[in-house]
Amino acid sequence: MAPGTSGDLTGHASVLTATGVRRQFGASTVLAGVRLNIAPGEVVALLGGSGSGKSTLLRVLAGLDQEATGQIVLRGTTAVVFQEHRLLPWKRVADNVALGLSGPDVTDRVARALAEVGLAERHRAWPAELSGGQAQRVAVARALIREPDLLLLDEPFGALDALTRLRMQGLLRRLRAEHGFAALLVTHDVDEALLLADRLLVLEHGVIAEELAVPLGPTRTPDDPAFGALRRRLLDRLGVPT
Amino acid sequence: MTRATVIPPAPVAAPAVAPGVSRRPGRTQAWRRLTTPVLLVAGWELAARSGLLAPEKLPAPSTVLATGWRLTRDGTLLTHLLDSLTRAGTGLLIGGGLALLLGAVAGLLRIGDDLVDPPVQMARMLPHLGLVPLLIIWVGIGESLKVSLVALGAFFPLYFNTYAGIRDIDERLVEAARTCGLGPVARLRHVVLPGALPALFLGLRLAIGAAWLSLVVGEQVNAQTGIGFLMMEAREFSQTDVVVLGLLVYALLGLLSDVAIRTVERRTLAWRRGLRAT
Ligand SMILES: Nc1ncnc2c1ncn2[C@@H]1O[C@H](COP(=O)(O)OP(=O)(O)O)[C@@H](O)[C@H]1O
Ligand SMILES: [Mg+2]
Repeated sequence: MAPGTSGDLTGHASVLTATGVRRQFGASTVLAGVRLNIAPGEVVALLGGSGSGKSTLLRVLAGLDQEATGQIVLRGTTAVVFQEHRLLPWKRVADNVALGLSGPDVTDRVARALAEVGLAERHRAWPAELSGGQAQRVAVARALIREPDLLLLDEPFGALDALTRLRMQGLLRRLRAEHGFAALLVTHDVDEALLLADRLLVLEHGVIAEELAVPLGPTRTPDDPAFGALRRRLLDRLGVPT
Repeated sequence: MTRATVIPPAPVAAPAVAPGVSRRPGRTQAWRRLTTPVLLVAGWELAARSGLLAPEKLPAPSTVLATGWRLTRDGTLLTHLLDSLTRAGTGLLIGGGLALLLGAVAGLLRIGDDLVDPPVQMARMLPHLGLVPLLIIWVGIGESLKVSLVALGAFFPLYFNTYAGIRDIDERLVEAARTCGLGPVARLRHVVLPGALPALFLGLRLAIGAAWLSLVVGEQVNAQTGIGFLMMEAREFSQTDVVVLGLLVYALLGLLSDVAIRTVERRTLAWRRGLRAT
């Protein structure tokens, strides 16, 4: 199923509208009619247990799954950051960021994108020479340079150590403030979701089982009392005793 | 102050010693590894000169070298060498080209896999050098036989490595390339080809090795030119020095081609150095 790029007839300004998204693997139904809506500039976190179908849904939304059914209306462009950096090992950092781009200004744009993730001086490095956090930052630069309206992130910091993860969350927050892209952030980290998202969705039994607004300011920290209250409520809904 | 002037020489002296120390074991080891071959050749030379080895059984290395020099000067060696190289090159081009084509078809397309791979897997069980009698019946004993043998020898290693190289490419990288807007042709160029390249180089090296071997066998069947012909003709006249010279030339060809491929490989796959370092 390829996402359509036509305008939304209902007049919503949503950057993404998905309805009735279904996906089966053999006999097991992983997505059983997912309904999802993302406004421009909105960051939505998608939570769910391991194996609940988060990655499957993200791949469908990214247009990578030809066998899913349902309707997806996409206004604008998407870019994807996966859990693994997925850089091509045989291309230098700059060439990885520039992958698929052409034009006379690509070199400048690559330099700017790398500078934004703090890796301007590593443009000649091979991916294998980077640390996990650096490689993931290059992957973020590779997505950003495409100036997406919607950034799809599949547990982008899940494989990083705690300290690097905190830095990456700060980086994402800054980039989002600068570029104003909408994002769907798949995560299993409740704190990360509360820190970055405007709205939380919980995927369970193949559908969006829970939706929760996050009425916290842009400079929120886990120390806010409101943050803690929301966290308790969320964990409660997820069935985790607190 | 005096202490400060005492300290500097030490660090200066240390690095000067360190590389020498670390290099010396490597050098002595290299020399040690040369000892036995040199002794063997010297012993061979002595045995031949003292008459211990009959010249028609095994001539002295110096005689072989002298013969090599004589045949090089009168152009004989070069003529036959060029003929052998032409056969090897033609066979390698045909067999290797076919292997790349079919390997890519089988590796990239499911229908290609279903149609191409089973017969190739079956044919691989046949020892291709054992096909000589059949090939003689099919294509005669002329040039086609030699080229066919080389092509057959080169085909299988390159086919299997092309196929495996394409199959082993990380599907997730292909997917990432798709999210970057790369179409099928661009994905082939930027993901599949470079990803399969290490396997292609391995296949090429094995193919060239098989090509030389096939050439040696092929040139013993009614050749009128070539290094193999030179050796067979010399055998009839008991010119053992020429026979040994031919062997040396074959060995050198194998060595040189391997070194050349390795050099190109090291340049082309520079990105793997970083991979190994981590
Ligand atoms: N290609 C596939 N073939 C078969 N089953 C799959 C495939 N991809 C995912 N699944 C199954 O779908 C379910 C959801 O997987 P996934 O979307 O990766 O979960 P999550 O990302 O939420 O951890 C799992 O049970 C997984 O086994
Ligand atoms: Mg997942």
